[in-house]
Amino acid sequence: MTATTTSSLAEVGRSAATLRTFLHGLPGVDHVGAEQRAALLGTRSIKTGAKAWAIDLAIRMVDLTTLEGADTPGKVRALGAKARRPEPSDPSCPPVAAVCVYPSMVPAAVEALAGSGVRVASVATAFPSGQVPLEVKLADTRAAVAAGADEIDMVISRGAFLSGRYVEVFEEIVAVRQACGAAHLKVILETGELGTYDNVRRASWLAMLAGADFIKTSTGKVPVAATLPVTLIMLEAVRDFRAVTGRLIGVKPAGGIRTTKDAIRYLVLVNETAGPAWLDPDRFRFGASSLLNDLLMQRGKLATGVYSGPDYVSLD
Amino acid sequence: MSERLAVRKTYKLFIGGRFPRSESGRSYLVENTNVALASRKDVRDAVVAARSAVKGWSGATAYNRGQILYRAAEMLEGRRDQFIGLGLPAAEVDVATDRWVWYAGWADKIAQVYGGANPVAGPYFNLSAPEPTGVVGVVAPGESPLLGLVSVIAPAIVSGNTVVVLAAEPAPLPAVTLAEVLATSDLPGGVVNILTGRAAETAPWLASHLDVNALDLTGVADQALAVSLEQAAAGNLKRVVRPPAAPIDWTADPGPSRITAFLETKTVWHPKGV
Repeated sequence: MTATTTSSLAEVGRSAATLRTFLHGLPGVDHVGAEQRAALLGTRSIKTGAKAWAIDLAIRMVDLTTLEGADTPGKVRALGAKARRPEPSDPSCPPVAAVCVYPSMVPAAVEALAGSGVRVASVATAFPSGQVPLEVKLADTRAAVAAGADEIDMVISRGAFLSGRYVEVFEEIVAVRQACGAAHLKVILETGELGTYDNVRRASWLAMLAGADFIKTSTGKVPVAATLPVTLIMLEAVRDFRAVTGRLIGVKPAGGIRTTKDAIRYLVLVNETAGPAWLDPDRFRFGASSLLNDLLMQRGKLATGVYSGPDYVSLD
Repeated sequence: MSERLAVRKTYKLFIGGRFPRSESGRSYLVENTNVALASRKDVRDAVVAARSAVKGWSGATAYNRGQILYRAAEMLEGRRDQFIGLGLPAAEVDVATDRWVWYAGWADKIAQVYGGANPVAGPYFNLSAPEPTGVVGVVAPGESPLLGLVSVIAPAIVSGNTVVVLAAEPAPLPAVTLAEVLATSDLPGGVVNILTGRAAETAPWLASHLDVNALDLTGVADQALAVSLEQAAAGNLKRVVRPPAAPIDWTADPGPSRITAFLETKTVWHPKGV
Protein backbone atom coordinates (compact mmCIF):
# COMPACT_ATOMS: atom_id res chain seq x y z
CA MET A 1 0.00 0.00 0.00
CA THR A 2 1.08 3.49 -0.73
CA ALA A 3 1.05 5.77 2.25
CA THR A 4 -2.35 7.37 1.96
CA THR A 5 -4.53 9.04 4.50
CA THR A 6 -8.28 9.41 4.51
CA SER A 7 -8.11 13.09 3.70
CA SER A 8 -5.87 12.61 0.70
CA LEU A 9 -8.09 9.76 -0.51
CA ALA A 10 -11.01 12.16 -0.73
CA GLU A 11 -8.92 14.31 -3.04
CA VAL A 12 -8.08 11.44 -5.38
CA GLY A 13 -11.24 11.67 -7.45
CA ARG A 14 -10.87 15.40 -7.97
CA SER A 15 -9.08 15.29 -11.30
CA ALA A 16 -8.01 12.88 -13.98
CA ALA A 17 -4.37 13.37 -13.03
CA THR A 18 -4.75 12.65 -9.31
CA LEU A 19 -6.90 9.60 -9.99
CA ARG A 20 -4.45 8.21 -12.54
CA THR A 21 -1.51 8.90 -10.25
CA PHE A 22 -3.22 7.14 -7.39
CA LEU A 23 -4.38 4.07 -9.37
CA HIS A 24 -1.05 3.62 -11.08
CA GLY A 25 0.69 4.17 -7.75
CA LEU A 26 -0.97 1.04 -6.34
CA PRO A 27 1.58 -1.74 -5.98
CA GLY A 28 1.52 -4.31 -8.78
CA VAL A 29 -0.03 -7.69 -8.09
CA ASP A 30 2.37 -10.61 -7.70
CA HIS A 31 0.72 -12.76 -10.37
CA VAL A 32 2.33 -16.08 -9.43
CA GLY A 33 2.05 -15.37 -5.71
CA ALA A 34 -1.67 -14.57 -5.90
CA GLU A 35 -2.45 -17.73 -7.84
CA GLN A 36 -0.34 -19.85 -5.51
CA ARG A 37 -1.96 -18.43 -2.41
CA ALA A 38 -5.44 -18.94 -3.84
CA ALA A 39 -4.57 -22.51 -4.83
CA LEU A 40 -3.04 -23.23 -1.41
CA LEU A 41 -6.09 -21.95 0.47
CA GLY A 42 -8.25 -24.00 -1.88
CA THR A 43 -6.76 -27.19 -0.46
CA ARG A 44 -8.08 -26.63 3.07
CA SER A 45 -10.33 -29.44 4.20
CA ILE A 46 -13.53 -28.37 5.95
CA LYS A 47 -15.48 -31.26 7.45
CA THR A 48 -18.54 -32.22 9.51
CA GLY A 49 -19.56 -29.49 11.97
CA ALA A 50 -17.54 -26.76 10.28
CA LYS A 51 -18.86 -27.88 6.92
CA ALA A 52 -22.47 -27.74 8.12
CA TRP A 53 -21.84 -24.22 9.43
CA ALA A 54 -20.16 -23.18 6.18
CA ILE A 55 -23.02 -24.55 4.09
CA ASP A 56 -25.63 -22.64 6.09
CA LEU A 57 -23.52 -19.48 5.87
CA ALA A 58 -23.08 -19.96 2.13
CA ILE A 59 -26.86 -20.37 1.72
CA ARG A 60 -27.39 -17.10 3.62
CA MET A 61 -24.86 -15.46 1.26
CA VAL A 62 -26.44 -16.55 -2.01
CA ASP A 63 -27.84 -13.92 -4.36
CA LEU A 64 -30.25 -16.21 -6.15
CA THR A 65 -30.00 -14.96 -9.68
CA THR A 66 -32.00 -15.21 -12.85
CA LEU A 67 -30.81 -12.99 -15.69
CA GLU A 68 -32.26 -14.50 -18.83
CA GLY A 69 -34.03 -12.87 -21.71
CA ALA A 70 -36.76 -15.48 -21.17
CA ASP A 71 -37.46 -14.49 -17.53
CA THR A 72 -41.11 -14.09 -16.62
CA PRO A 73 -42.85 -12.81 -13.48
CA GLY A 74 -43.89 -16.41 -12.86
CA LYS A 75 -40.33 -17.62 -12.84
CA VAL A 76 -39.33 -14.78 -10.52
CA ARG A 77 -42.18 -15.66 -8.14
CA ALA A 78 -41.03 -19.28 -8.10
CA LEU A 79 -37.51 -18.11 -7.37
CA GLY A 80 -38.87 -15.89 -4.60
CA ALA A 81 -40.57 -18.86 -2.96
CA LYS A 82 -37.30 -20.76 -3.14
CA ALA A 83 -35.38 -17.81 -1.69
CA ARG A 84 -37.67 -17.67 1.36
CA ARG A 85 -37.58 -21.38 2.06
CA PRO A 86 -34.77 -23.03 0.08
CA GLU A 87 -35.54 -26.38 1.70
CA PRO A 88 -39.32 -26.46 2.20
CA SER A 89 -39.21 -29.64 4.27
CA ASP A 90 -36.66 -28.24 6.73
CA PRO A 91 -37.50 -25.05 8.67
CA SER A 92 -33.94 -24.88 10.04
CA CYS A 93 -32.62 -24.06 6.56
CA PRO A 94 -31.97 -20.30 6.38
CA PRO A 95 -33.27 -18.06 3.57
CA VAL A 96 -30.88 -16.68 0.95
CA ALA A 97 -29.57 -13.10 1.02
CA ALA A 98 -31.25 -11.70 -2.06
CA VAL A 99 -32.91 -12.41 -5.36
CA CYS A 100 -31.15 -10.77 -8.30
CA VAL A 101 -33.23 -9.95 -11.38
CA TYR A 102 -33.53 -7.57 -14.33
CA PRO A 103 -35.19 -4.20 -13.58
CA SER A 104 -38.44 -5.17 -15.32
CA MET A 105 -38.78 -8.13 -12.94
CA VAL A 106 -38.27 -6.07 -9.76
CA PRO A 107 -42.00 -5.56 -9.03
CA ALA A 108 -42.62 -9.30 -9.23
CA ALA A 109 -39.64 -9.97 -6.95
CA VAL A 110 -40.71 -7.31 -4.43
CA GLU A 111 -44.19 -8.85 -4.28
CA ALA A 112 -42.83 -12.37 -3.90
CA LEU A 113 -40.39 -11.43 -1.14
CA ALA A 114 -42.50 -8.96 0.86
CA GLY A 115 -41.91 -9.37 4.59
CA SER A 116 -39.38 -12.16 4.20
CA GLY A 117 -36.20 -10.20 4.90
CA VAL A 118 -34.81 -11.43 1.58
CA ARG A 119 -33.63 -8.42 -0.39
CA VAL A 120 -34.36 -7.61 -3.98
CA ALA A 121 -31.29 -6.90 -6.09
CA SER A 122 -31.57 -5.59 -9.61
CA VAL A 123 -28.94 -5.28 -12.27
CA ALA A 124 -29.02 -1.89 -13.94
CA THR A 125 -27.00 0.46 -16.15
CA ALA A 126 -27.51 -1.54 -19.35
CA PHE A 127 -26.36 -4.85 -17.89
CA PRO A 128 -24.28 -6.69 -19.08
CA SER A 129 -22.45 -4.49 -21.58
CA GLY A 130 -22.90 -1.04 -20.03
CA GLN A 131 -22.64 0.44 -23.51
CA VAL A 132 -25.33 3.13 -23.39
CA PRO A 133 -25.28 6.87 -22.60
CA LEU A 134 -25.07 7.86 -18.94
CA GLU A 135 -28.61 9.30 -18.89
CA VAL A 136 -30.00 5.92 -19.89
CA LYS A 137 -27.98 4.19 -17.16
CA LEU A 138 -29.25 6.64 -14.54
CA ALA A 139 -32.83 6.27 -15.73
CA ASP A 140 -32.39 2.47 -15.59
CA THR A 141 -31.11 2.73 -12.02
CA ARG A 142 -33.85 5.13 -10.85
CA ALA A 143 -36.52 2.90 -12.35
CA ALA A 144 -35.19 -0.15 -10.51
CA VAL A 145 -34.97 1.74 -7.20
CA ALA A 146 -38.43 3.23 -7.67
CA ALA A 147 -39.81 -0.26 -8.29
CA GLY A 148 -38.47 -1.30 -4.90
CA ALA A 149 -35.00 -2.75 -5.44
CA ASP A 150 -32.89 -2.77 -2.26
CA GLU A 151 -29.64 -3.33 -4.09
CA ILE A 152 -28.39 -2.22 -7.50
CA ASP A 153 -25.77 -4.18 -9.43
CA MET A 154 -24.18 -1.79 -11.93
CA VAL A 155 -21.57 -2.55 -14.57
CA ILE A 156 -18.61 -0.26 -15.16
CA SER A 157 -17.67 0.90 -18.64
CA ARG A 158 -14.83 -1.49 -19.34
CA GLY A 159 -14.07 0.31 -22.58
CA ALA A 160 -13.47 3.58 -20.75
CA PHE A 161 -11.51 1.87 -17.98
CA LEU A 162 -9.25 -0.06 -20.33
CA SER A 163 -8.49 3.02 -22.41
CA GLY A 164 -7.45 4.85 -19.26
CA ARG A 165 -10.43 7.21 -18.94
CA TYR A 166 -10.63 6.54 -15.20
CA VAL A 167 -12.40 9.77 -14.34
CA GLU A 168 -15.24 8.92 -16.69
CA VAL A 169 -15.74 5.60 -14.90
CA PHE A 170 -15.35 7.28 -11.51
CA GLU A 171 -17.92 9.96 -12.20
CA GLU A 172 -20.31 7.43 -13.64
CA ILE A 173 -20.20 5.37 -10.44
CA VAL A 174 -20.67 8.53 -8.37
CA ALA A 175 -23.69 9.49 -10.47
CA VAL A 176 -25.23 6.02 -10.20
CA ARG A 177 -24.49 6.04 -6.47
CA GLN A 178 -26.57 9.22 -6.17
CA ALA A 179 -29.34 7.74 -8.31
CA CYS A 180 -29.46 4.72 -5.99
CA GLY A 181 -30.48 6.81 -2.99
CA ALA A 182 -30.81 4.46 -0.04
CA ALA A 183 -30.27 1.32 -2.12
CA HIS A 184 -26.96 -0.52 -1.83
CA LEU A 185 -24.69 -0.26 -4.83
CA LYS A 186 -22.73 -3.23 -6.13
CA VAL A 187 -20.21 -2.39 -8.81
CA ILE A 188 -19.48 -5.14 -11.33
CA LEU A 189 -15.87 -4.92 -12.52
CA GLU A 190 -16.22 -7.72 -15.11
CA THR A 191 -12.76 -8.99 -14.26
CA GLY A 192 -12.82 -11.41 -17.21
CA GLU A 193 -12.54 -8.40 -19.50
CA LEU A 194 -9.99 -6.42 -17.49
CA GLY A 195 -7.09 -8.55 -18.68
CA THR A 196 -4.65 -8.25 -15.78
CA TYR A 197 -4.68 -8.59 -12.01
CA ASP A 198 -3.24 -5.08 -11.77
CA ASN A 199 -6.35 -3.80 -13.53
CA VAL A 200 -8.55 -5.74 -11.10
CA ARG A 201 -6.82 -4.03 -8.18
CA ARG A 202 -7.14 -0.61 -9.82
CA ALA A 203 -10.80 -1.14 -10.69
CA SER A 204 -11.52 -2.31 -7.13
CA TRP A 205 -10.01 0.84 -5.65
CA LEU A 206 -11.69 3.02 -8.23
CA ALA A 207 -15.10 1.57 -7.38
CA MET A 208 -14.56 1.82 -3.63
CA LEU A 209 -13.35 5.42 -3.87
CA ALA A 210 -16.40 6.30 -5.93
CA GLY A 211 -18.72 5.00 -3.22
CA ALA A 212 -19.52 1.35 -3.98
CA ASP A 213 -20.97 -0.72 -1.13
CA PHE A 214 -19.94 -3.95 -2.82
CA ILE A 215 -17.50 -4.85 -5.55
CA LYS A 216 -18.56 -7.75 -7.72
CA THR A 217 -16.43 -9.79 -10.10
CA SER A 218 -18.57 -10.50 -13.10
CA THR A 219 -21.83 -10.34 -14.96
CA GLY A 220 -21.74 -14.06 -15.65
CA LYS A 221 -22.18 -13.24 -19.34
CA VAL A 222 -18.54 -13.52 -20.44
CA PRO A 223 -16.57 -16.80 -20.60
CA VAL A 224 -14.21 -16.00 -17.70
CA ALA A 225 -16.22 -15.28 -14.56
CA ALA A 226 -15.23 -15.37 -10.90
CA THR A 227 -11.93 -17.07 -10.09
CA LEU A 228 -10.20 -17.55 -6.75
CA PRO A 229 -7.14 -15.34 -7.53
CA VAL A 230 -9.32 -12.46 -8.72
CA THR A 231 -11.45 -12.73 -5.59
CA LEU A 232 -8.27 -12.82 -3.50
CA ILE A 233 -7.12 -9.51 -5.03
CA MET A 234 -10.51 -7.91 -4.44
CA LEU A 235 -10.55 -9.14 -0.84
CA GLU A 236 -7.08 -7.64 -0.33
CA ALA A 237 -8.39 -4.38 -1.74
CA VAL A 238 -11.35 -4.21 0.67
CA ARG A 239 -9.07 -5.17 3.56
CA ASP A 240 -6.62 -2.37 2.69
CA PHE A 241 -9.46 0.07 2.10
CA ARG A 242 -10.78 -0.65 5.57
CA ALA A 243 -7.32 -0.11 7.05
CA VAL A 244 -7.19 3.35 5.49
CA THR A 245 -10.78 4.55 5.78
CA GLY A 246 -12.44 2.28 8.34
CA ARG A 247 -15.23 1.50 5.87
CA LEU A 248 -16.16 -2.11 5.21
CA ILE A 249 -16.88 -2.84 1.55
CA GLY A 250 -18.46 -6.12 0.48
CA VAL A 251 -17.23 -8.53 -2.18
CA LYS A 252 -19.39 -10.63 -4.47
CA PRO A 253 -17.90 -13.26 -6.77
CA ALA A 254 -20.42 -14.18 -9.42
CA GLY A 255 -20.59 -16.67 -12.25
CA GLY A 256 -19.12 -20.16 -12.46
CA ILE A 257 -19.50 -21.05 -8.76
CA ARG A 258 -21.58 -24.20 -8.94
CA THR A 259 -20.55 -26.57 -6.18
CA THR A 260 -20.43 -26.55 -2.42
CA LYS A 261 -16.73 -27.34 -2.63
CA ASP A 262 -16.14 -24.14 -4.64
CA ALA A 263 -18.22 -22.08 -2.23
CA ILE A 264 -16.29 -23.36 0.79
CA ARG A 265 -13.02 -22.54 -0.95
CA TYR A 266 -14.23 -18.97 -1.31
CA LEU A 267 -15.22 -18.82 2.35
CA VAL A 268 -11.74 -19.99 3.38
CA LEU A 269 -10.27 -17.29 1.15
CA VAL A 270 -12.49 -14.65 2.77
CA ASN A 271 -11.57 -15.70 6.28
CA GLU A 272 -7.85 -15.82 5.57
CA THR A 273 -7.64 -12.65 3.47
CA ALA A 274 -10.17 -10.09 4.61
CA GLY A 275 -10.91 -11.64 7.99
CA PRO A 276 -13.91 -13.00 9.88
CA ALA A 277 -15.68 -9.62 9.70
CA TRP A 278 -16.43 -10.47 6.08
CA LEU A 279 -18.00 -13.86 6.89
CA ASP A 280 -21.37 -12.15 6.84
CA PRO A 281 -24.06 -11.86 4.15
CA ASP A 282 -23.73 -8.07 4.40
CA ARG A 283 -20.07 -8.27 3.43
CA PHE A 284 -19.81 -11.27 1.14
CA ARG A 285 -22.22 -12.73 -1.40
CA PHE A 286 -22.28 -15.44 -4.01
CA GLY A 287 -23.91 -14.50 -7.30
CA ALA A 288 -25.16 -17.85 -8.48
CA SER A 289 -28.16 -19.76 -9.70
CA SER A 290 -27.15 -23.43 -9.61
CA LEU A 291 -24.97 -23.20 -6.47
CA LEU A 292 -27.97 -23.20 -4.13
CA ASN A 293 -29.14 -26.61 -5.35
CA ASP A 294 -25.76 -28.15 -4.68
CA LEU A 295 -25.62 -26.53 -1.23
CA LEU A 296 -29.05 -27.99 -0.46
CA MET A 297 -28.00 -31.45 -1.66
CA GLN A 298 -24.87 -31.35 0.49
CA ARG A 299 -26.90 -30.08 3.42
CA GLY A 300 -29.26 -33.01 2.96
CA LYS A 301 -26.35 -35.44 2.84
CA LEU A 302 -24.99 -34.09 6.14
CA ALA A 303 -28.42 -34.16 7.78
CA THR A 304 -29.59 -37.58 6.64
CA GLY A 305 -26.37 -39.45 5.85
CA VAL A 306 -27.75 -40.32 2.42
CA TYR A 307 -26.54 -38.96 -0.90
CA SER A 308 -29.17 -36.71 -2.42
CA GLY A 309 -30.01 -36.25 -6.07
CA PRO A 310 -31.17 -33.49 -8.41
CA ASP A 311 -34.68 -34.94 -8.39
CA TYR A 312 -35.10 -33.59 -4.87
CA VAL A 313 -34.39 -29.92 -5.57
CA SER A 314 -36.17 -27.55 -7.92
CA LEU A 315 -34.87 -27.02 -11.43
CA ASP A 316 -34.18 -23.29 -11.12
CA MET B 1 21.67 -55.59 -21.67
CA SER B 2 20.00 -56.00 -18.36
CA GLU B 3 16.93 -58.14 -18.01
CA ARG B 4 13.72 -56.28 -18.73
CA LEU B 5 11.37 -55.44 -15.86
CA ALA B 6 7.78 -56.13 -16.86
CA VAL B 7 5.29 -53.31 -16.30
CA ARG B 8 3.26 -54.28 -13.29
CA LYS B 9 -0.39 -53.51 -13.59
CA THR B 10 -2.55 -51.92 -10.94
CA TYR B 11 -6.21 -52.67 -11.53
CA LYS B 12 -8.14 -49.44 -11.20
CA LEU B 13 -11.75 -48.36 -11.05
CA PHE B 14 -13.75 -47.52 -14.16
CA ILE B 15 -15.72 -44.29 -13.69
CA GLY B 16 -17.07 -42.09 -16.46
CA GLY B 17 -14.87 -43.75 -19.09
CA ARG B 18 -11.69 -43.18 -17.09
CA PHE B 19 -9.57 -45.43 -14.92
CA PRO B 20 -8.98 -43.57 -11.66
CA ARG B 21 -7.49 -45.02 -8.50
CA SER B 22 -9.78 -45.03 -5.49
CA GLU B 23 -10.35 -41.58 -4.00
CA SER B 24 -9.38 -43.15 -0.68
CA GLY B 25 -6.00 -44.25 -2.05
CA ARG B 26 -6.65 -47.79 -0.80
CA SER B 27 -6.06 -51.03 -2.61
CA TYR B 28 -6.22 -54.72 -1.80
CA LEU B 29 -4.41 -57.78 -3.04
CA VAL B 30 -6.00 -60.33 -5.34
CA GLU B 31 -3.81 -63.07 -6.76
CA ASN B 32 -0.77 -61.01 -5.84
CA THR B 33 -2.09 -58.03 -7.82
CA ASN B 34 -3.06 -54.62 -6.50
CA VAL B 35 -6.72 -53.82 -7.03
CA ALA B 36 -8.35 -50.52 -6.06
CA LEU B 37 -10.54 -50.65 -2.96
CA ALA B 38 -13.44 -48.31 -3.68
CA SER B 39 -14.85 -45.97 -1.04
CA ARG B 40 -18.22 -44.28 -0.68
CA LYS B 41 -16.88 -41.23 -2.50
CA ASP B 42 -16.04 -43.41 -5.49
CA VAL B 43 -19.66 -44.57 -5.39
CA ARG B 44 -20.74 -40.94 -5.34
CA ASP B 45 -18.52 -40.09 -8.34
CA ALA B 46 -19.71 -43.15 -10.24
CA VAL B 47 -23.36 -42.23 -9.71
CA VAL B 48 -22.68 -38.70 -10.96
CA ALA B 49 -20.98 -40.15 -14.06
CA ALA B 50 -23.80 -42.63 -14.61
CA ARG B 51 -26.44 -39.93 -14.22
CA SER B 52 -24.79 -37.61 -16.71
CA ALA B 53 -24.57 -40.46 -19.24
CA VAL B 54 -28.29 -41.29 -19.02
CA LYS B 55 -29.47 -38.55 -21.38
CA GLY B 56 -27.15 -39.45 -24.23
CA TRP B 57 -27.42 -43.23 -23.87
CA SER B 58 -31.18 -43.48 -23.41
CA GLY B 59 -31.62 -40.84 -26.11
CA ALA B 60 -29.58 -42.79 -28.65
CA THR B 61 -31.65 -44.79 -31.11
CA ALA B 62 -32.19 -48.44 -30.23
CA TYR B 63 -30.38 -49.40 -33.44
CA ASN B 64 -27.38 -47.28 -32.48
CA ARG B 65 -27.26 -48.82 -28.99
CA GLY B 66 -27.35 -52.26 -30.55
CA GLN B 67 -24.49 -51.43 -32.91
CA ILE B 68 -22.36 -50.11 -30.07
CA LEU B 69 -22.99 -53.26 -28.03
CA TYR B 70 -22.10 -55.45 -31.02
CA ARG B 71 -18.90 -53.47 -31.33
CA ALA B 72 -18.18 -54.20 -27.65
CA ALA B 73 -18.69 -57.88 -28.40
CA GLU B 74 -16.06 -57.63 -31.14
CA MET B 75 -13.61 -56.18 -28.64
CA LEU B 76 -14.57 -58.89 -26.13
CA GLU B 77 -13.76 -61.54 -28.71
CA GLY B 78 -10.43 -59.85 -29.41
CA ARG B 79 -9.44 -60.02 -25.74
CA ARG B 80 -10.32 -63.71 -25.46
CA ASP B 81 -6.76 -64.76 -24.69
CA GLN B 82 -6.34 -62.09 -22.06
CA PHE B 83 -9.41 -63.35 -20.17
CA ILE B 84 -8.17 -66.91 -20.42
CA GLY B 85 -4.83 -65.67 -19.08
CA LEU B 86 -6.67 -64.48 -15.95
CA GLY B 87 -7.57 -68.09 -15.27
CA LEU B 88 -11.06 -68.15 -16.77
CA PRO B 89 -12.10 -71.29 -18.63
CA ALA B 90 -12.17 -70.72 -22.40
CA ALA B 91 -15.74 -72.02 -22.50
CA GLU B 92 -16.90 -69.36 -20.04
CA VAL B 93 -15.27 -66.57 -22.07
CA ASP B 94 -17.00 -67.81 -25.22
CA VAL B 95 -20.39 -68.12 -23.54
CA ALA B 96 -19.93 -64.62 -22.08
CA THR B 97 -19.24 -63.18 -25.53
CA ASP B 98 -22.25 -64.98 -26.96
CA ARG B 99 -24.37 -63.72 -24.08
CA TRP B 100 -23.31 -60.16 -24.80
CA VAL B 101 -24.27 -60.56 -28.46
CA TRP B 102 -27.59 -62.13 -27.46
CA TYR B 103 -28.49 -59.16 -25.23
CA ALA B 104 -27.22 -56.70 -27.86
CA GLY B 105 -29.73 -58.17 -30.26
CA TRP B 106 -32.55 -57.15 -27.93
CA ALA B 107 -31.72 -53.45 -28.28
CA ASP B 108 -34.03 -52.83 -31.23
CA LYS B 109 -36.59 -55.49 -30.32
CA ILE B 110 -37.66 -54.63 -26.76
CA ALA B 111 -40.02 -51.86 -27.81
CA GLN B 112 -41.91 -54.12 -30.24
CA VAL B 113 -42.16 -57.05 -27.86
CA TYR B 114 -42.97 -55.17 -24.63
CA GLY B 115 -44.68 -52.10 -26.03
CA GLY B 116 -47.98 -52.04 -27.83
CA ALA B 117 -51.08 -50.29 -29.04
CA ASN B 118 -53.90 -50.69 -26.55
CA PRO B 119 -57.59 -50.72 -27.48
CA VAL B 120 -59.48 -47.93 -25.71
CA ALA B 121 -63.10 -46.80 -25.68
CA GLY B 122 -62.60 -43.54 -27.53
CA PRO B 123 -61.18 -42.01 -30.68
CA TYR B 124 -57.60 -42.24 -29.43
CA PHE B 125 -54.46 -44.13 -30.06
CA ASN B 126 -53.22 -45.51 -26.77
CA LEU B 127 -49.61 -46.59 -26.94
CA SER B 128 -47.40 -48.24 -24.35
CA ALA B 129 -43.68 -47.73 -24.76
CA PRO B 130 -41.05 -49.32 -22.52
CA GLU B 131 -38.48 -46.82 -21.28
CA PRO B 132 -35.28 -47.23 -19.28
CA THR B 133 -35.45 -46.61 -15.54
CA GLY B 134 -32.27 -44.51 -15.31
CA VAL B 135 -29.28 -45.31 -13.15
CA VAL B 136 -29.11 -48.93 -12.02
CA GLY B 137 -26.87 -50.06 -9.17
CA VAL B 138 -25.64 -53.61 -9.61
CA VAL B 139 -23.92 -55.93 -7.17
CA ALA B 140 -22.23 -58.43 -9.46
CA PRO B 141 -22.31 -62.16 -8.64
CA GLY B 142 -19.13 -63.68 -7.24
CA GLU B 143 -19.38 -67.02 -9.02
CA SER B 144 -18.67 -67.08 -12.73
CA PRO B 145 -16.84 -63.74 -12.66
CA LEU B 146 -17.07 -62.89 -16.37
CA LEU B 147 -20.23 -64.64 -17.52
CA GLY B 148 -22.15 -63.59 -14.41
CA LEU B 149 -20.92 -60.03 -14.79
CA VAL B 150 -21.86 -59.81 -18.46
CA SER B 151 -25.24 -61.34 -17.62
CA VAL B 152 -26.08 -58.54 -15.20
CA ILE B 153 -24.54 -55.56 -17.06
CA ALA B 154 -25.72 -56.21 -20.61
CA PRO B 155 -29.47 -56.54 -19.87
CA ALA B 156 -29.45 -53.34 -17.82
CA ILE B 157 -27.73 -51.14 -20.40
CA VAL B 158 -29.29 -52.56 -23.56
CA SER B 159 -32.54 -50.70 -22.94
CA GLY B 160 -30.80 -47.38 -22.24
CA ASN B 161 -30.06 -47.55 -18.51
CA THR B 162 -26.63 -46.72 -17.17
CA VAL B 163 -25.05 -48.83 -14.43
CA VAL B 164 -22.80 -48.57 -11.41
CA VAL B 165 -21.44 -52.07 -10.86
CA LEU B 166 -19.83 -53.29 -7.66
CA ALA B 167 -17.58 -56.06 -8.93
CA ALA B 168 -17.29 -59.26 -6.91
CA GLU B 169 -14.69 -58.79 -4.17
CA PRO B 170 -12.76 -62.06 -4.71
CA ALA B 171 -12.68 -61.84 -8.51
CA PRO B 172 -12.29 -58.24 -9.70
CA LEU B 173 -9.71 -58.85 -12.44
CA PRO B 174 -12.15 -60.00 -15.15
CA ALA B 175 -14.36 -57.01 -14.24
CA VAL B 176 -11.58 -54.47 -14.76
CA THR B 177 -10.54 -56.24 -17.96
CA LEU B 178 -14.15 -56.02 -19.14
CA ALA B 179 -13.95 -52.29 -18.35
CA GLU B 180 -10.94 -52.07 -20.65
CA VAL B 181 -12.96 -53.81 -23.35
CA LEU B 182 -15.81 -51.32 -22.92
CA ALA B 183 -13.42 -48.35 -22.83
CA THR B 184 -12.02 -49.37 -26.22
CA SER B 185 -15.43 -49.91 -27.76
CA ASP B 186 -17.76 -47.05 -28.66
CA LEU B 187 -19.73 -47.19 -25.44
CA PRO B 188 -20.02 -43.60 -24.12
CA GLY B 189 -18.16 -42.92 -20.87
CA GLY B 190 -20.36 -43.30 -17.80
CA VAL B 191 -22.78 -45.86 -19.25
CA VAL B 192 -20.94 -48.61 -17.38
CA ASN B 193 -19.02 -47.77 -14.22
CA ILE B 194 -17.21 -50.55 -12.38
CA LEU B 195 -16.03 -50.32 -8.79
CA THR B 196 -13.84 -52.96 -7.21
CA GLY B 197 -13.67 -53.56 -3.48
CA ARG B 198 -16.00 -54.67 -0.73
CA ALA B 199 -19.65 -54.63 -1.63
CA ALA B 200 -20.54 -54.79 2.06
CA GLU B 201 -18.86 -51.37 2.46
CA THR B 202 -20.02 -49.62 -0.72
CA ALA B 203 -23.41 -51.21 -1.46
CA PRO B 204 -25.26 -49.39 1.36
CA TRP B 205 -24.23 -46.03 -0.14
CA LEU B 206 -25.47 -47.14 -3.52
CA ALA B 207 -28.71 -48.51 -2.09
CA SER B 208 -29.50 -45.31 -0.18
CA HIS B 209 -28.39 -42.89 -2.92
CA LEU B 210 -31.37 -40.80 -3.98
CA ASP B 211 -30.07 -40.46 -7.54
CA VAL B 212 -30.07 -44.21 -8.20
CA ASN B 213 -33.30 -45.56 -9.68
CA ALA B 214 -32.96 -49.33 -9.43
CA LEU B 215 -30.90 -51.94 -7.69
CA ASP B 216 -29.81 -55.40 -8.78
CA LEU B 217 -28.76 -57.40 -5.72
CA THR B 218 -27.95 -60.62 -7.59
CA GLY B 219 -24.45 -60.79 -6.11
CA VAL B 220 -25.38 -60.20 -2.47
CA ALA B 221 -24.81 -63.52 -0.70
CA ASP B 222 -25.36 -62.24 2.84
CA GLN B 223 -29.08 -62.43 3.59
CA ALA B 224 -29.02 -59.77 6.32
CA LEU B 225 -27.16 -57.35 4.05
CA ALA B 226 -29.66 -57.97 1.25
CA VAL B 227 -32.54 -57.08 3.56
CA SER B 228 -30.91 -53.89 4.80
CA LEU B 229 -30.05 -52.87 1.23
CA GLU B 230 -33.63 -53.41 0.17
CA GLN B 231 -34.83 -51.30 3.09
CA ALA B 232 -32.40 -48.51 2.17
CA ALA B 233 -33.57 -48.75 -1.44
CA ALA B 234 -37.14 -48.12 -0.31
CA GLY B 235 -36.14 -44.54 0.59
CA ASN B 236 -36.77 -43.41 -2.97
CA LEU B 237 -38.75 -46.41 -4.17
CA LYS B 238 -36.00 -48.05 -6.20
CA ARG B 239 -36.87 -51.08 -8.23
CA VAL B 240 -35.03 -53.99 -6.62
CA VAL B 241 -34.02 -57.33 -8.10
CA ARG B 242 -33.56 -59.59 -5.09
CA PRO B 243 -30.74 -62.10 -4.71
CA PRO B 244 -31.71 -65.46 -6.23
CA ALA B 245 -33.19 -68.04 -3.88
CA ALA B 246 -31.17 -70.84 -5.52
CA PRO B 247 -27.82 -70.53 -7.31
CA ILE B 248 -28.25 -69.41 -10.91
CA ASP B 249 -26.98 -71.52 -13.80
CA TRP B 250 -25.41 -68.68 -15.78
CA THR B 251 -24.90 -70.83 -18.86
CA ALA B 252 -28.65 -71.47 -19.24
CA ASP B 253 -30.84 -69.34 -21.52
CA PRO B 254 -31.53 -66.29 -19.36
CA GLY B 255 -34.69 -65.07 -21.07
CA PRO B 256 -35.49 -61.35 -21.16
CA SER B 257 -36.54 -60.98 -17.50
CA ARG B 258 -33.39 -59.09 -16.55
CA ILE B 259 -34.09 -56.56 -19.29
CA THR B 260 -37.70 -56.03 -18.29
CA ALA B 261 -36.76 -55.66 -14.63
CA PHE B 262 -35.30 -52.23 -15.44
CA LEU B 263 -37.96 -50.93 -17.78
CA GLU B 264 -40.82 -48.57 -17.06
CA THR B 265 -43.84 -48.42 -19.27
CA LYS B 266 -44.93 -45.04 -20.53
CA THR B 267 -48.46 -44.88 -21.87
CA VAL B 268 -49.44 -42.06 -24.19
CA TRP B 269 -52.78 -41.03 -25.61
CA HIS B 270 -53.05 -39.43 -28.99
CA PRO B 271 -56.26 -38.35 -30.74
CA LYS B 272 -57.02 -40.14 -33.97
CA GLY B 273 -56.94 -37.80 -36.94
CA VAL B 274 -59.74 -37.54 -39.48
